[in-house]
Amino acid sequence: MTNFTKRNGLSRRTLLKTGVAAAAGTLAAPMLWAQSNIVLRQTGTGVSAYNEIAKKAYEDLGITLEMTASDSDTAAQRVATQPNSFDIADIEYWICKKVWPTGNLQAMDASRLKNYDKIAGTFRSGKLTPTSEIAQGTAPHTVGFTSGKNGTDFVQEESGWMTLIPTIYNADTLGIRPDLINRPINNWSELLNPEFRGKASILDISSIGIMDMAMVVESMGEYKYPDKGNMTKAEIDLTFGIFTEAKKNGQFRAFWKSFDESVNLMASGEVVIQSMWSPAITAVRSKGVPCVYQPLEEGYRSWGGGMGLAATLEGAKLDAAYEYINWYLSGWVGGFLMRQGYYSAVPETSKLFMSDDEWGFWYEGKAAKGDIVSPQGTKMESAGAIRDGGSFIDRMGAVACWNSVMDENQYMVRKWNEFIAA
Amino acid sequence: MKLKLNNALAGWLMVSPLMLVLLIFLVLPILMILIVSFWRATEYSIIPDFVFENYEFLFGSPVTYTVFINTFKYAILTWTFTFLIGFTVAFFLAFHVRSLTWQVVCFLLCTIPFWTSNIIRMISWIPFLGRNGIANSALISWGVIDEPVEWLLFSDFSVVLAFVHIYTLFMVVPIFNTMMRIDRSLIEAARDAGASGAQILWNVILPLTKPGIMIGTIFVVTLVMGDFFTVRVMSGSQSANVGRLISNDISLLQYPSASATAIVLLLTVLIVIGILLRFVDIRKEL
Repeated sequence: MTNFTKRNGLSRRTLLKTGVAAAAGTLAAPMLWAQSNIVLRQTGTGVSAYNEIAKKAYEDLGITLEMTASDSDTAAQRVATQPNSFDIADIEYWICKKVWPTGNLQAMDASRLKNYDKIAGTFRSGKLTPTSEIAQGTAPHTVGFTSGKNGTDFVQEESGWMTLIPTIYNADTLGIRPDLINRPINNWSELLNPEFRGKASILDISSIGIMDMAMVVESMGEYKYPDKGNMTKAEIDLTFGIFTEAKKNGQFRAFWKSFDESVNLMASGEVVIQSMWSPAITAVRSKGVPCVYQPLEEGYRSWGGGMGLAATLEGAKLDAAYEYINWYLSGWVGGFLMRQGYYSAVPETSKLFMSDDEWGFWYEGKAAKGDIVSPQGTKMESAGAIRDGGSFIDRMGAVACWNSVMDENQYMVRKWNEFIAA
Repeated sequence: MKLKLNNALAGWLMVSPLMLVLLIFLVLPILMILIVSFWRATEYSIIPDFVFENYEFLFGSPVTYTVFINTFKYAILTWTFTFLIGFTVAFFLAFHVRSLTWQVVCFLLCTIPFWTSNIIRMISWIPFLGRNGIANSALISWGVIDEPVEWLLFSDFSVVLAFVHIYTLFMVVPIFNTMMRIDRSLIEAARDAGASGAQILWNVILPLTKPGIMIGTIFVVTLVMGDFFTVRVMSGSQSANVGRLISNDISLLQYPSASATAIVLLLTVLIVIGILLRFVDIRKEL
């Protein structure tokens, strides 16, 4: 549980410069807060806590962001128990389901969000395209709206009061080592294929792991869940029964909890098939080890991050927070995140901040024309490469379920502990 | 009479800073944990109460027993190996290395691994023991095995190995210390009386080093029983001990349940130490 605080170190000189720019006030972006020394404390899961974003926010808005990153459980804990310790909560939608009822966050007025209409349909109506089906689990739009400014409930229509604004999201699947498997992998059930005994892994974060398990169980044809995102006790027992047996038969090499662990397991060849996150695949590849984020017939398990406003925010600070959120959705951040393999809430605006080749590779699923480089300058793919899974619509359109919190969450967690100890 | 009273007062005054520190940083937190262990928790809040449900769940769950047995298993295995290695090393240092200079040099050698952090020492085993790690490649190139050995890493073996690596010094130091204070004339007398080397070791040295062994044992047993990180990393998250149970609870905001487990663990460790102390009166023999 390592927490680290990032603060954009700015000299007096830069501060002065920005001040001058503000005074000049030509086209200086929406509004500048430098003079008022606004500091927003952003706490969250760390997926989107980049120094670059804090730095750019200061340049464009004059708002100082203090980012604290931690794992999802710690972030949830902080939002639920220490309401005065943050101004902006950068969490995930399933965490929102857990912490929103505490009243520690305030709803956002959609009419104050300039790009509200351009936010991807997944986060508003739940439908990416008018024809897409809504996936099971805690789909973001089901916990995305509340009844009013101080509402602690969720409403199922676009009420104009948002709980979180989406920041980044992605579709997750299994990662494989094609060089060590040497045959096509098309189904989630391969995770428990005895062929990979002692070479498989799953992540040890219960709320995410259970969804991967459910995908596997369904793919094996063992059971069809009415709703994977909200299992009954009997369904939980059944799922863990199958996985406990596999564990006892030595199917798993290890379980991983942190990003680095998953990278090391894969890169060292300890594991050839496992649940994985997109940037981890890139990290393995950048070591020169082949690794594929394998699209599977049953679809993806998806997750979405979002930012919420602390209930304690008011006055100038609240205005600054809205300003920050509007800036966040205006494109620069989206472009920055899309170039790491995530998706941004408002893809349209991100396009303005990406080259055609980058947009084609990351969003449209086209072959790269030149080298694809990360925002930090590392080469990620060479010309000719195609993103695993293809375009945005192909990937996000094939989401089978979302990370979830179930009604029987406490029971599930206890079963998870049993599974680990078994 | 007055002098005696003053003495008593001075005594109390002298221990009071320590007492105060212990009271604030040890007794109060433990009391707090005890109190919280009777509270209730929902997913995102804890509610002051006085209920036994945390303990009921703890004692009613089969996981608890598996996990406690696992914890004892690691403690016993680690103790056995650290004792055998620690005793041998201390014996060699105390009785075979003649000059004090060399004793000091060798002793410092033993502490070299402690120049890096526990976590780094532990994690460096992972690339060594892995499927394509140094150990497996070496064994294959020597022709000892044909296929990589899987149980070297992410197994009970690797957990105990890491524990032994990290904690052996805690055994060496107190045993070495007591051995150095054994009156050499006792050994001479035993030899003059016709005792063999093994007899001297068994009847003279071992009984006289008991306090050192006991101190080392307390260190090792309490450290192993309270650990959670080593078990998680070295078993690849595949086995659990009590520490992991507590850390899982904490990460899920189940503080009352974590407190109840912590209290039970604390009592267990205290009982173990209590039993150990019945064998040797450390204070008398120090």
